[in-house]
Amino acid sequence: MREVKIDTTPARLDFIQSASGLILALFMWAHMFFVSTILLGKDVMYKVTIFFEGHYFFGESYPLIVTIVAGAIFAIFIAHAAVAMRKLPSNYKQYKILKNHIQSFKHGDTRLWFWQIFTGFAMFFLGSVHLYIIMTNSADIGPYASSDRIVSEWMWPLYILLLLAVELHGSIGLYRLALKWGWFEGTDAKKSRIKLRRMKYAITIFFLTLGFLTLAAYIKIGIEHKANAGERYHLETSVVEGVK
Amino acid sequence: MSEVKKERILKISILRFDPTDPKDFPHIVTYEVEEADGMTLFIALNEIREHHDNSLMFDFVCRAGICGSCSMLVNGQPKLACRVLTSKLDANISLAPLPLFKLIRDLSIYTGEWMRGLSERVESWIHDKEEELAFDKLEQRMEPALADEIYELDRCVECGCCVAGCGTIQMKPNFLGAVGLNKVARYHLDPRDKRSDEEYYEIVGDEDGVFGCMTLLGCEDVCPKDLPLQSKIAYLRRMMIQTAAKN
Repeated sequence: MREVKIDTTPARLDFIQSASGLILALFMWAHMFFVSTILLGKDVMYKVTIFFEGHYFFGESYPLIVTIVAGAIFAIFIAHAAVAMRKLPSNYKQYKILKNHIQSFKHGDTRLWFWQIFTGFAMFFLGSVHLYIIMTNSADIGPYASSDRIVSEWMWPLYILLLLAVELHGSIGLYRLALKWGWFEGTDAKKSRIKLRRMKYAITIFFLTLGFLTLAAYIKIGIEHKANAGERYHLETSVVEGVK
Repeated sequence: MSEVKKERILKISILRFDPTDPKDFPHIVTYEVEEADGMTLFIALNEIREHHDNSLMFDFVCRAGICGSCSMLVNGQPKLACRVLTSKLDANISLAPLPLFKLIRDLSIYTGEWMRGLSERVESWIHDKEEELAFDKLEQRMEPALADEIYELDRCVECGCCVAGCGTIQMKPNFLGAVGLNKVARYHLDPRDKRSDEEYYEIVGDEDGVFGCMTLLGCEDVCPKDLPLQSKIAYLRRMMIQTAAKN
């Protein structure tokens, strides 16, 4: 058979799209659990914050670690946006065809894809704003600092939209990723798809609920702390013990 | 048995157009047909042609879901009309020809030309230079499980439903579609086909091929033969990624 020199770039782009999406989606799950620790109290959230600043490894906090991680996520985010952009309708004609197709076909997974385009496009802007602020203000994460950012610095409208976009995009994306590569297919792909779809809805509802409860908690603290905006949180108990 | 059951009156709206008539334009005509027990769209359409309008054009051959000729959009869904029971539908039914294929007239489309182009594009035949000459040689043996798997994919009747149900191919008509990817998967599985992974990659390893698929799964959901399109596209995707990784 003849020798063939193939162009591996389309395969690479497809792989990058899936891999970056997977990393981002899993990161968002972890991220949600970390920020939601505010629901367990300010102390818990504060400890999680200084844990990620390396406090328990180096004895003091280095917010630079957070900057580096946020920067890395930003890079993956940009890579994902760049390769996933290939899939968007690229002109009005394509967009119109897609809209008509979705309207007349009334097919669940095709409709979900429209939401993925919609939320993905929204995140070009919403995600970038959030990531840049965290990168450049990595020291200002904590029970008060984060709440002040949300309330006094007017991030709550953006966070509501970003939360909706992330959770929809992430869970739809993971669902599609599993089908695309045949993960968890088992012996009956149709049955496992139904299971995956149910799981997708459950995950979306779970993370949206957790997300909105968390956001509400920060907003509550932010409103209460409005007068002292800018003040940082400290673990009170350790200070008291030190005095005695 | 004493009472005569009152049958529904079906209102069947059909998108009609004759592209060869310069004066014609796409328009919808509604016909009223009395429903009968066990009526399929095949029966209803024949009823219309016999009693209402003998100029109505549509395709049928086997009327049993085997030939794949009668694919059309039934209330926007690509289906084989002979397998759709009217009792499963609302009394208002809309019928339209499948998009993308060449329109002959009304509901009649020319899938053959498109499918032939596709077959030539993916070269859907066994490639084996040595064997071509040895007609008296016994065919290579195959595990029954593999033979079944290949046979399963060979059940495709090229009706075009998966093409009409694919959002990707609507937007990007150069995309191979599930019918094309299924053919490639079928020959890729077949040990008698001696094409290398790289040669397969040349056919489907780009955005008009498997990497263009966005896993909307319209194809999987509308395929009247229930082919495992989702699994086979995933299989091809994994194979093509592996091939790229080797090179």
